[in-house]
Formats: sequence, C-alpha cells, structure tokens
Amino acid sequence: MAEAAIPRSRALAREERRRRLGPFGVLTHLALLVWTVLVVVPIAWTFLASVKSEDEIFGDAWSLPAALRLDNWARAWDQAHIGQYMINSVVVVAFGVFGTMLFGSMAAYVLARYRFVGNRAIYLLFVSGLAFPVYLALTPLFFVVQNMGTLPVVGPFIGLNTHAGLVLVYIAYSLPFTVFFLAAFFRTLPGAVAEAAFVDGASHTRVFFQIMLPMARPGIVSVTIFNVLGQWNQYQLPLVLLNSDRSKWVLTQGIADISTAAGYDADWSALFAALSMAILPMLVVYTIFQSQIQKGLTAGALK
Amino acid sequence: MSHGRLRFVTGFLAVPVALYLIYVIAPYAQAFYIALTDWRGVTASPGFVGLENFRRLFADDVFWTAVGHNLLLLILMPLLTVGIALFFAFLLNAGGRGGAAGVWGSKFYRVVFFFPQVLAVAVVAVLFQQVFRPDRSGMLNAPLIALGFEPVGFLSDTGVALWSILGVLVWQAVGFYVVLFSAGIASIPRDLFEAAAIDGAGGAQLFFRITLPLLWDTIQVGWVYLGIAALDVFAIVWVMTAEHGGPDHSTTVMAAEIYRTAFQYFKFGYASAMGVVLFFFTIGFAALALRLSRRERIEF
Repeated sequence: MAEAAIPRSRALAREERRRRLGPFGVLTHLALLVWTVLVVVPIAWTFLASVKSEDEIFGDAWSLPAALRLDNWARAWDQAHIGQYMINSVVVVAFGVFGTMLFGSMAAYVLARYRFVGNRAIYLLFVSGLAFPVYLALTPLFFVVQNMGTLPVVGPFIGLNTHAGLVLVYIAYSLPFTVFFLAAFFRTLPGAVAEAAFVDGASHTRVFFQIMLPMARPGIVSVTIFNVLGQWNQYQLPLVLLNSDRSKWVLTQGIADISTAAGYDADWSALFAALSMAILPMLVVYTIFQSQIQKGLTAGALK
Repeated sequence: MSHGRLRFVTGFLAVPVALYLIYVIAPYAQAFYIALTDWRGVTASPGFVGLENFRRLFADDVFWTAVGHNLLLLILMPLLTVGIALFFAFLLNAGGRGGAAGVWGSKFYRVVFFFPQVLAVAVVAVLFQQVFRPDRSGMLNAPLIALGFEPVGFLSDTGVALWSILGVLVWQAVGFYVVLFSAGIASIPRDLFEAAAIDGAGGAQLFFRITLPLLWDTIQVGWVYLGIAALDVFAIVWVMTAEHGGPDHSTTVMAAEIYRTAFQYFKFGYASAMGVVLFFFTIGFAALALRLSRRERIEF
C-alpha cells in the first residue's frame, strides 16, 4: 500500500484514517466487538470452568475459582479416557486424510487430463456424491462394513469397530469433494512441463508424482486442510461404525458421551477439562495456520 | 490409446472407484430398495412391502414435526447467517473502499470470528449445553438471575429450545461467511466504490447498489451450502438436547429421527424411507435454489 503510506495532504490523511476506522466510525468497532465477545466468552468460560471445583461449577457461573484445580485435566485425560480418544482421532484422521489425498488426487488427475471412454461418467459419479445426504446411506453402510468384516484374511481389520474400517469409509466419503476440487485444479495447470518430461522418457506415473503433484501444491494444501477438519470433526459415522467398542472411540464420541450418558454422579469438572482439551489443540493449530485454514475452507465455495 | 496409457488410467482409477462404489454408491442404491421393505432387527431378513413405509410415514406426526423443524431452520439459518455475515464483512472492508487492507484490526476480527468453524459440532454442542444450563451455574442464566429475571429454560422449555439450536448454528457458521464475503468484497475494484462515493452515495447505498449485486454469486453459493447444512443438522440436536431431540420432540430433526429409527428401534426399512424423503428434500432444495437465484452475472 505504497500510495497510502505517503499521504499527499492533511485532508487525504484524514480521509484515509476515516476509511480505516470503517463506514460508521466507532460504531463499526462496537458492532465488531459485540460479536468478538460472543465468540470468545463461551470458550473462555469453558476454560475457566475446567479449573474449578465441582461446587464452584454448580455455584455462580461467573465466579472465579478459589484455586486452580489442574487435577481436573488429569482426571479427564486418564479416567474419562480423553487421552485415548485423542490418539484414536489422530490415527484415524492421519490415515484417512493420507488415503483421501492419495486416491483423490490420482483419480482427479486422470479424470482431468486423460481422455478415455467413460471419463465423464466416472467424474459425474464422484461429483454426484456431493448432493447425497449421508443419513440415507447409514443403514446399508453399517451392513456393508459388517460384511467387510466377514471377508477372509483382511476381514477382522476392516469390519465394524475397527479403525481401518472407519478410515476406508472416511476416504470414500471424502472423495466427491476432493475429486471435484482437484480435477478443476489439475485442469488449470499448464501441460508443457509434463510434455517435456514425456519426451525425455518419463512414465505416466512418474510425471504425476514428480511433476504434476508438486505443481498442484496450493490446491493439495487447501483440500488437505478441508479434509483434516472434516474428518477430525466427524461424529455421525464413528457413532454408527465404532458403536460397541469404547476403546476405539474417537474424540467427538468421547466428548459427547461424557455429557449425554452422564447422570447426577457425573464428574462435571472433568467434563469441562475434557471440553477444553478438545478445543485447545484446535486453537493452537488454528492460530498458527489461520490464514491457510481460512483459505483452504473457503476455497471450495469460491471455485 | 496406447497400451501403457490405458494401464496407467486403469491403475490410477481402480482403488478410488472401487472404494467409492463399495462404501458410497452401493449403500445409497440399497437404501432405496430397503425403504420398500419391512426389514427390522439385525438378523431378520427383509420382506418386500412396496410403498407401505411411505404410507405410514405420511401419518407419522413425530416425523412431520422433525420436517417442520428442518424447514424452519432451512429458512432462518441461511437468512440470519448470511445477513449477519454480510453486515460484518461490509464493516470489515470499510464498505469495500478499504481495498484489501480493510478497517483497523480487520485481520484480528476475521481470525476470531472464524474460529468456531474449526471446532467439531459435537464439541460445540457440549459447550453450549453448559452455557445454556437452566440455573445460576449457566453462563447465560447467571446474569439474568442476578438482575432479578426468571431463568430461561434454553434447552428445557419446549417453546425456546429450537431457537437455542438456531442460535448455536448461526454462532458457529457466521465466521466462515464473513471470511468468504470479505474475500469477495476485497476483489471488487475500489474505483467502483470511489466513483459512487464521489457521486454522493452513502454507506447504505454503497452496500445495496454495489456490494450486494457484485457479491451475488458468492452469496448464492453460501445460501445453498447453508440450506443443505440446515437439512443435515444432526450432531447439535443429538448431543445438546434432552432425549436427543426433546424435550417432547420440540427440537427433533429428520437426521435424528432416521438415526433413532435405524439404530435404536432397528426399523431399517422405515428409517430408509425417511432417508429417501430427506434425499428428495435435499435435491428439491438444491434445484429450487439454483433456479430462483439464477440471474445475470455481472462481469467486472
């Protein structure tokens, strides 16, 4: 903004300052602060409650804790198994997103840059998945995964209540958006570099992994962020597919269960600690990567 | 096509297409058939009953209550979210005249506003369950009680609970659309705003005559996304409310009824029929939205 840096006159400087303050001056910032408070306060309040004692939690909501009870966090991690659920989530999302990106980019690349019979049909098949509500498929999906569990050799690894089974389902349900987005991206890449590599005798596979995939990096980053958040936040699919084995649960299931299944003897301070534990990593990761995350998530809507 | 090329294409497509056919296409296809059966229980085999499930569904009050709630959310959630987000995006970008820089602190506001979007819906649901507690231990009720008001049963009052759901949905969604619309406004050439301002246009006129028309495509996309999200509401209702959609069905939605019918009552045929209805609502909405909002695209 070099032109704004050296104001040519006082009037211009005043105009620039007015512009930066917003269309309605101070009122602009008042309105923006109201929403800031609405977003920050519930989250900050949760963190505060996570170091309160049980009595303080049931007392006045806005009171400050007399002492910092960090043991709440320890109890949530161990006894409420939040540590276990978090590790499960990390494992499932790591493999899920890796698989999604590998297979999604392979399919998108071929569909975007090779002409063959059935190309259009396969592309539409993938993209049509964007319109289906997942609830329609829930029942049959449960039985599909159950039947996969009865296959010889691999069955025990990919049936119900297995992480690999959930990973495969995540990959399949992430493909429509991944293929749709990346195919559009691959179409925009110039073909000259790939042509030159083919002339030099590189194979199709090699051209994909060593030339086209690195060139598509901005698109890959966006979709990866999109899929990481989507799979990390998934609740419905694990609820159906990991239902009966608590040791396999992912974080969202664990958090939801503490509050829904909890009766009067529930450990409320551990609940707040567990909640804070689920929010904190997202807060840290988001603060570091916020501009990429904002771009990655909104890129899909702008395409 | 050369031999190597064909082998390459087949090799690259085999795994993704197989996964997609097994886990996505096959279940969807089966769901339409299961909807025509009386399949119950995990072991029983399904018998064909034709449209019987749909006949029963039309007389099912709870399901239509759920449909009503979805339709209410379908209208209000996009309206409120887009409205609030447009307002803030307009403020942040100084009505477009600020160029890419925007008003003071606009980056900070955008970062804060967007944050709820990265939280899991299940986590947000538990968080607000605590915020909405009915006594003075609730974040919202504590000041109300301190000021001498009756506490509000945000989740326990059947007349209020659905509005609480709507509030949480909007709370989580606004930030995403603020960022989306901000990007849209920042890409509108500054000259347009400056020319209009020189001609004497005020803040409101700038918004309605320039920002809104030039942002129309983006708003339209946002509207469709939000509408589909409103039809797919599940986790917030299932986790946050009493009796998973209560009290007394006052917050239940189609997805919650489908899940309950299939995995708590084990009426697979009937649940699939509900799924088919939801499917047609989704397709119908998408088609309608695209038709209604089609208008001439403004190139700039």
